[in-house]
Amino acid sequence: MIPVTLNGELRELDLDPKTPLLWVLRDHLGLTGTKYGCGTGACGACTVHLDGAPVNACVTPLSAVAGKRVTTIEGLSLDGRHPLQLAWIVEEVPQCGYCQSGQLMVAAALLAEHPRPTDAAIDAAMSGVLCRCGTYTRIRRAIQRAANPEARDG
Amino acid sequence: MVDPSENVRLTRRALLKIGALSGGGLVLGIALPTRAAPLPDPADAMPARTLPDPSDPPVEFAPNAWIRLHGDGRIQLVLARSEMGQGVMTTLPMLLAEELEVGLDQIEVEPAPVDSDYINRLLGAQATGESTSLRDAWTGLREAGAVARRLLVNAAAATWGVPETECQARRGRVHHADGARSLAYAELAALAARLPVPEPIPLKTPDAWTLIGTRPRRLDTPDKVNGRARYGLDVRLPGMLYATIARCPVLGSRVRHWRGEAARAIPGVVEILMVRHGVAVVAETSWAALRARELLEVDCRPSVNGVADTERIRARFRAALTGRAALAHRQGDVSAALDAAHRQIEVVYEVPFQAHACLEPMNCSADVGPDRCVVYVPTQDQQGVRETARRLTGLPAERIAVHTTLLGGGFGRRREQDFVIDAVELSKLLGRPVQVIWTRADDLRHDFYRPMTLHRLRGGLDEQGQLTAWFHRIVGPSLLARVRPSDMPDGIDPTLTAGAADLAYAIAHRRVEYRRADTPVPVGFWRGGGHTQNAFVTECFLDELARLAGRDPLALRRTLLADRPRHRHVLELAAERAGWSAPPNAGRARGIALTEAFGSFIAAVAEVSTSAGQVRVHRVVCAVDCGQVVHPEIVRAQIEGGVVFGLTATLKGVITLSEGRVEQGNFADYPLLRFDEMPAIEVHLVRSDAAPGGVSGLGTPPIAPAVANALFALTGQPVRKLPIAPSAF
Repeated sequence: MIPVTLNGELRELDLDPKTPLLWVLRDHLGLTGTKYGCGTGACGACTVHLDGAPVNACVTPLSAVAGKRVTTIEGLSLDGRHPLQLAWIVEEVPQCGYCQSGQLMVAAALLAEHPRPTDAAIDAAMSGVLCRCGTYTRIRRAIQRAANPEARDG
Repeated sequence: MVDPSENVRLTRRALLKIGALSGGGLVLGIALPTRAAPLPDPADAMPARTLPDPSDPPVEFAPNAWIRLHGDGRIQLVLARSEMGQGVMTTLPMLLAEELEVGLDQIEVEPAPVDSDYINRLLGAQATGESTSLRDAWTGLREAGAVARRLLVNAAAATWGVPETECQARRGRVHHADGARSLAYAELAALAARLPVPEPIPLKTPDAWTLIGTRPRRLDTPDKVNGRARYGLDVRLPGMLYATIARCPVLGSRVRHWRGEAARAIPGVVEILMVRHGVAVVAETSWAALRARELLEVDCRPSVNGVADTERIRARFRAALTGRAALAHRQGDVSAALDAAHRQIEVVYEVPFQAHACLEPMNCSADVGPDRCVVYVPTQDQQGVRETARRLTGLPAERIAVHTTLLGGGFGRRREQDFVIDAVELSKLLGRPVQVIWTRADDLRHDFYRPMTLHRLRGGLDEQGQLTAWFHRIVGPSLLARVRPSDMPDGIDPTLTAGAADLAYAIAHRRVEYRRADTPVPVGFWRGGGHTQNAFVTECFLDELARLAGRDPLALRRTLLADRPRHRHVLELAAERAGWSAPPNAGRARGIALTEAFGSFIAAVAEVSTSAGQVRVHRVVCAVDCGQVVHPEIVRAQIEGGVVFGLTATLKGVITLSEGRVEQGNFADYPLLRFDEMPAIEVHLVRSDAAPGGVSGLGTPPIAPAVANALFALTGQPVRKLPIAPSAF
């Protein structure tokens, strides 16, 4: 049994420890918000937080998260009202939306560490998550909005 | 089922179907005539029925509605196009809601089943693509909303015994002018369903619009930021198995034999079997199927395609740049004009095969039983899915249901049926629901690619530097020959000549030719289609001619567009907003390009620099005239997205073939534009009263030539091949 704190809840998982976290979430726990895009850590669509830091779940074996805290898009906020989620809605970020769980999780980790990130810090953090629809400009605006409490509700 | 003659009535533009829902609701459908079946003559119209006999039972008319007003107050608007990011889940309901007089916040959007009533007239099928959805829906959906609203108003008037002119519909209720009385649509629906259809139904004039032209929040956003949005890969059915398929790497090759002992030993593997596209590994989980497939030993038959490679294809295309060809456009005498020209140039351009690379890899889930088949699929072609399932299962069409999920990108790739075949075939064989998952490598190596094309252009200038002659030969594989051969008169594939045959510039002598050159590489629809190749070629060639004539690229274009006001307007607007008349910062240059496509017009100005062999695009300014704008923010987002898609095609990945195999297999070798490579993009919309044009594919065509022309201005070296090689500078 592998203990994992998933979205705040302690789970004991009786699974092959080599199973990538992505497929643990999607196949066994019914958490399909974390997406499969490449399987090699090259697109970022599967990003989750491991003890608060962004990791690509598709290349993270279950054994590597034993005893740790895993947060997925479903656990980013209780009510869908994380400042980034609200900013994503106001800035009309998603198009097809498939990469947006990964974009949000990377952005959330960035803001947790740098509440007022510079443009360079946003570039550095976000360049590992691919978006084929081309929503990058709006992602930047949404991060800046969420990082600036006065702009949040506008 | 009911006799359709009972409840089908003809209005000016469409056949209306009106009926009742059990529980006292109104359902309103509209059968829009297809391209193949022209509008019936109004003289043949059935007379509207006289007032209903209240003892008549209401007609039970369940399916194929556009609007369902339920007795419990729910208002459902049916969405017959696939949501793949382009915003149809919001913009098409806006058309219905505008005329129905309901708020977008009051409605539920429900995906349509497959039925001829939902055919996209511009495509001749129930499908989504080629930037047609809004153009197709513009009149019909508003009319459906208007008819329903009028019936509800009439029902209220009849209930109160007042003239209809004293009743007004507003946010899902009909109000009487006395200000005291009002009835909800739900309360009126049962009576409305029995009333005759009034005609003609006038549509609201633009000054009365309260929704069209505004920017309500997209209806699909909330679920796309909380992980609840359901794509094809998120389908979960009771007892469902997961499958991946090992395909032969040589395009078109077939499996000879395979060994699966090691794969079978993986816990969770249920079955390994040969299917049409390869060897399928079926398992209890996605991961077991993916992992076991890596252990399969698959031996493929030798194929004639085994010698195919990009160099050979290029050599064949080069040879086809001369010799016979089909004539796509002829005006004047281009040979004589070139002979008489003061100066002339001849240039060859090349555009490569490229992949769609939707972020959600291809997939499909199917549940086939002895007497029914249900397909859950991110598709752009519901009608094709049903036909595929019908052929594979032998079931009649009415026994096949197609549920459209959200699409994690489409770009034309999801108009194909290969992934549907995989799932239906496996579910039929196994008698259980099956989800087929393509890996990223499957997705990149077995695509229906953007066609590679070569282009030979000749241009002639007179002594005053005026452009007098233009010759354009396009060489490339046909796309429509496979998917829509009936649309290929005279051997011309209009998806390959789009934007070239119909070039907007006034040139006295012009000839455009197409030479079909098929290859083993399957080709398909792509965002922006043939406009993307031809905009690159024609707009870059124009800049080469401008250089030869010693003229400013913008000035030359304006001269050639004297009688094209919409083209000229976007060109001038983009130039003005980009500061064309003032030089850019040192080390930078600007390029401009123009495209007319999908009934819309766009001009783009790109500002670029180079550093250590890398191209950097700093800023892109677009001016867009797409007629009436339904949702300006979605239009802007689509233009931004189209530009980014085009930048990837201009600066990034290319699909190459070696020994019959596609060489690229993941984002490491087929890169997409990244966040830190994004230019600033500005989109300026032109006010227009023209009917809406398409925008999904509109941003893609002009960006490659805008960037290439900027590099030409910066370096003096013309760009004649995509993607732009980093080492070129």
